[in-house]
Amino acid sequence: MKESKNTGVYICSGCNIGDAIDTDKLQSIAIEYPSVKQCQVHPVLCSPEAYLKLNDEINEQQLDSLIIAGCSPRHAPDSLKFSEVHSESVNLREGVAWVMEAGHEDTQAAAEDYLRMGIARTAASGLPEPYIPDAPESDILVLGGGITGIHSALEGARAGYSVVLVEKEDKLGGRLNNMHDIIPASGSKQTNLKFFLEEKLEELDASTLITVHKNTSLESIEGEPGKFLAKLKNGKGASECKVGSVILANGWKPYDPAKLTNLGYTDHKNIITQVELETMQKEDRILRPSDGNVPSTIVFIQCAGSRDKDHLPYCSNVCCLTSLKQVSYIRQKYPESRIFIIYKDIRTPGKNEHIYREVQKDNHVFFTKGRVDRIEKLENDSLRMIVEDNLLGETISIRADLVVAATGMEPNQSDDLHLLYRKGEGLPDRKYGFPDSHFICFPYETQRTGIYAAGAVRTPQGIQACMEDAGGAVVKAIQCIESTKRGEAVHPRSGDKSYPDLYMQRCTDCKRCTEECPFGSYDETEKGTPLPNPARCRRCGICMGSCPERIINFDNYSIHAISSMIKSIPIPDEFEEKPRVLAFVCENDAYPAFDLAALHRHRISPWLRIIPVRCIGSINKIWLSDALSAGYDGILQIGCKPGEDYQCHFITGSELMKTRSENIQETLQTMMLEPERIETVFLEIDEYHRIPEIIDDYMETIEDIGPNPFKDM
Amino acid sequence: MDKKSVLIIGGGISGITAAVEAAEAGCKVYLIEKRPYLGGQVARMNEYFPKLCPPYCGLEINFKRIRNSSRIEVITSAEVENLSGTAGDFTIELRLEPEYVNSSCTVCGDCSAVCPVEAKDSFNFGMSMHKAIDLPHELSYPNRFYLDDLVCQKESCKKCEEACNYDAINLEAAPGKRKIKVGSVLFCTGWEPYDPTNLKEYSWGESPDILNNVMMERVGAPNGPTSGKILKPSDGEPARKIAFVQCAGSRDENHLPYCSAVCCSASLKQAIYFTEQDPENRADIFYIDLRVSGRNEDFLKRVEENQQIRLIKGKASEVSLLEGSPVIEAEDILSGRKIREQYDMVVLATGVVPCIPGLKGIELDPDGFIAKDALENGLSAGGCCFEPKDVASSVRESTGLVINALQ
Repeated sequence: MKESKNTGVYICSGCNIGDAIDTDKLQSIAIEYPSVKQCQVHPVLCSPEAYLKLNDEINEQQLDSLIIAGCSPRHAPDSLKFSEVHSESVNLREGVAWVMEAGHEDTQAAAEDYLRMGIARTAASGLPEPYIPDAPESDILVLGGGITGIHSALEGARAGYSVVLVEKEDKLGGRLNNMHDIIPASGSKQTNLKFFLEEKLEELDASTLITVHKNTSLESIEGEPGKFLAKLKNGKGASECKVGSVILANGWKPYDPAKLTNLGYTDHKNIITQVELETMQKEDRILRPSDGNVPSTIVFIQCAGSRDKDHLPYCSNVCCLTSLKQVSYIRQKYPESRIFIIYKDIRTPGKNEHIYREVQKDNHVFFTKGRVDRIEKLENDSLRMIVEDNLLGETISIRADLVVAATGMEPNQSDDLHLLYRKGEGLPDRKYGFPDSHFICFPYETQRTGIYAAGAVRTPQGIQACMEDAGGAVVKAIQCIESTKRGEAVHPRSGDKSYPDLYMQRCTDCKRCTEECPFGSYDETEKGTPLPNPARCRRCGICMGSCPERIINFDNYSIHAISSMIKSIPIPDEFEEKPRVLAFVCENDAYPAFDLAALHRHRISPWLRIIPVRCIGSINKIWLSDALSAGYDGILQIGCKPGEDYQCHFITGSELMKTRSENIQETLQTMMLEPERIETVFLEIDEYHRIPEIIDDYMETIEDIGPNPFKDM
Repeated sequence: MDKKSVLIIGGGISGITAAVEAAEAGCKVYLIEKRPYLGGQVARMNEYFPKLCPPYCGLEINFKRIRNSSRIEVITSAEVENLSGTAGDFTIELRLEPEYVNSSCTVCGDCSAVCPVEAKDSFNFGMSMHKAIDLPHELSYPNRFYLDDLVCQKESCKKCEEACNYDAINLEAAPGKRKIKVGSVLFCTGWEPYDPTNLKEYSWGESPDILNNVMMERVGAPNGPTSGKILKPSDGEPARKIAFVQCAGSRDENHLPYCSAVCCSASLKQAIYFTEQDPENRADIFYIDLRVSGRNEDFLKRVEENQQIRLIKGKASEVSLLEGSPVIEAEDILSGRKIREQYDMVVLATGVVPCIPGLKGIELDPDGFIAKDALENGLSAGGCCFEPKDVASSVRESTGLVINALQ
């Protein structure tokens, strides 16, 4: 870390800051600090003239750090970004001038406190020196040689990256090998599967950048982005490959129809699955398994397993379309056939509606909204379906020669990765076995850095979507490789060069960092000591928050730096009746919410002091006891929503804060303090209108319980 | 020109996603948006389904990534006039709206405070008023004020120009032009709701209490015209009973022959946040099929278990007015019963219509979307350009399309 010893403090008086705050007073406070070499007030710090001046002064005064005291760091323009020196923001505009009464002594006190905090933090921080693994690798490993894997390999190679493709079977193509044709993709006419697959395999063969390992199992993966070591095994023996990132494309399996007891799949020969029908179609004939005759009445049962809380609670997305595709084939091949489709809802989103409409026109195809109650065996192995017809409101019976169960898609296990990680072999599954961590906004992200899931293992989807997924996963894999080479973090703190540094001499092997890191960054040595893998790290600081020995720190975000901020300000004694509340505010959503409140000039109590944190999971207990010992009357921890629909950018950070609160209450008890002294608030970014009320309510609580007895001690 | 450079047309969620993902993978990116701010339709939404989380959350993180990236240039209030060249060497000519407010704007608000002109706020579909110079919305990127050319009195007023301490306003600004050369082009030009005036049977325009689903998002949004309280636009009284009319235009050969893919989930979401506002609130959803995708199924389950929401299988045949309040006629197919009911508000789940620029190299399919197979090499398209998509699918797909720019 480059330390900060020569700091320049630049205070902006524009945007009403100068009207609300005595900036000259701030200047006189700043220059008293030995680390501050220079302090100036500028009327418009974001102007081009100010930029030139600042740039000159950095060089002339040999400044190693800057404090920009003006608007919120979220608003600061490009002209105030200096990458070669450490820089901190003091938010005088959204944090003070816009939300507090102009000219009031409490407003001035808030501004002075924030400046002191900024100076204290800067003195304890520096420009981070990045972590770059030795000779990072650029190759991509793809696990799974189905359509997603094949397409991933092709896309990676087309972008100039070497790809290692591992498939456990003796040929590539996966489930496509047993399929007859493709559902016409929206806007695309290519449905000839044979041609489609052959074309891809030819390109694969011709590429010099792709190495294919068939009949090969992936034994293990160890290491970190840029430095993964994969061990492979096949009939000829074991081999190794070094890669920068990994794509998991091990696909799906049909839901086991034997589990659908109401259908009696194992009892009846003439019940088959959609996948089995597809295999028959590939032979270009549909025959009853019992006698090899052509069936004349075929019944399709949709949602056989899907949309069912006892089986697959989700919709498998492709079964409606697949059945319609298969029905079209059968009707063309066997013009005398009659077909019933028993469904809950026919789901053909987008332009697929045209496919549905075509089938609806066929008067040999009957759509029945309902549910199969039971299936009885008739002579000849034919079947009688007893169906509750929702539209007619009665139970109907259909005689079927063949029944096709549209069983849904189940993701294969991500444990196939065999990660030699302390936290497990696979990707943590967030819901129903799917491994993606933010499926609306950032669908390719998982909780294992540098490992991206694509295709049907990520979410139930068809061929077209799987190929798009392949492209997306390759983009993410390339990003990770390139970011690792620069020593930068990937999503969500893309570009961050800081990383956690551990002072191992004081480590007690308590393993909390190992346990609590949402990304499995920490392994363990044989002796059980945490073994950090910085390239796996997303820089959230949750490990820093978890460490009871306080040995985990970032160059620009450390236990010491935040503690210094807490201790840097004067706390009024109880007779002044000016309480102080410290708020740790998550910089992802809550801090922007404070900015938005300021944009509306909502009034916020001048007794509040905010410290932005990377995640509320990064709050270390020592900061709480430091604050209470220093005499703050209360502490708020404001972060993103936890729970099933979590909004935490680091997945489990705010959830952890919920579980850590027991420890926190213990701290309060040992200090003989009321439980209300520390409260956690979960705030969504658009709830900024609630902020003044949240703060005021808490101030009332503090007033009720009275001042912190540690004041003046 | 950087070989790995891409110009993205459209700054909605698809375009923004493609821009940050491409830049972080090493591309030089130009992100072009015709509106004065990024975010497109998503910026106006109250919540995403199925998590019921605010779109501002995802936008904030993406804007942060744009701010921190030296590889992205965002050009707002700009439209592509011409596109020429071939893969690896495209030239794009842009028409730039006059830059009345420049990057010196600090969002201090002094201009808006003195502006004498009030106009209907298009961000809220005219359901509220704003000043002729105003912030488009709180999180707008770039974060600067915007002058509405159509209503500003310009030279005859000049109050804002005089009030600005930062030389950020220039009322004499002229339109501009710009030429950019890139290796590839990505269309993410988005969608607009189907025009409900075509739906004669639904009495569009006859009562302010008949809305479409994008307007409903503003009505529910905390930063919307009613600060998130769902009130009847006609009299400002709380709405207690709302009907959602599904497939208002979609799956109808006289209107949109395709399924718009998002309207079912959107109405489920709106019914949830409406009924959460008050235990007395009631919502009816008239549908043909309930189409929610994949893991959103439990979202449907949640609605099925909600006692305040009724799911009625049957297409609404008519929306009329009785003493000013909307009345729906429909057949409940499952019970065979005819329904005629009065509501405080009716929300038409109007479908998705693609916004496709008329440029060289683009052919349309019969539904009006870009014909995928006909796209020239070096051009690609995401979001709702090929077919209607929800946010999750758009983000997934546009990230995938970035690979084209890296090859």
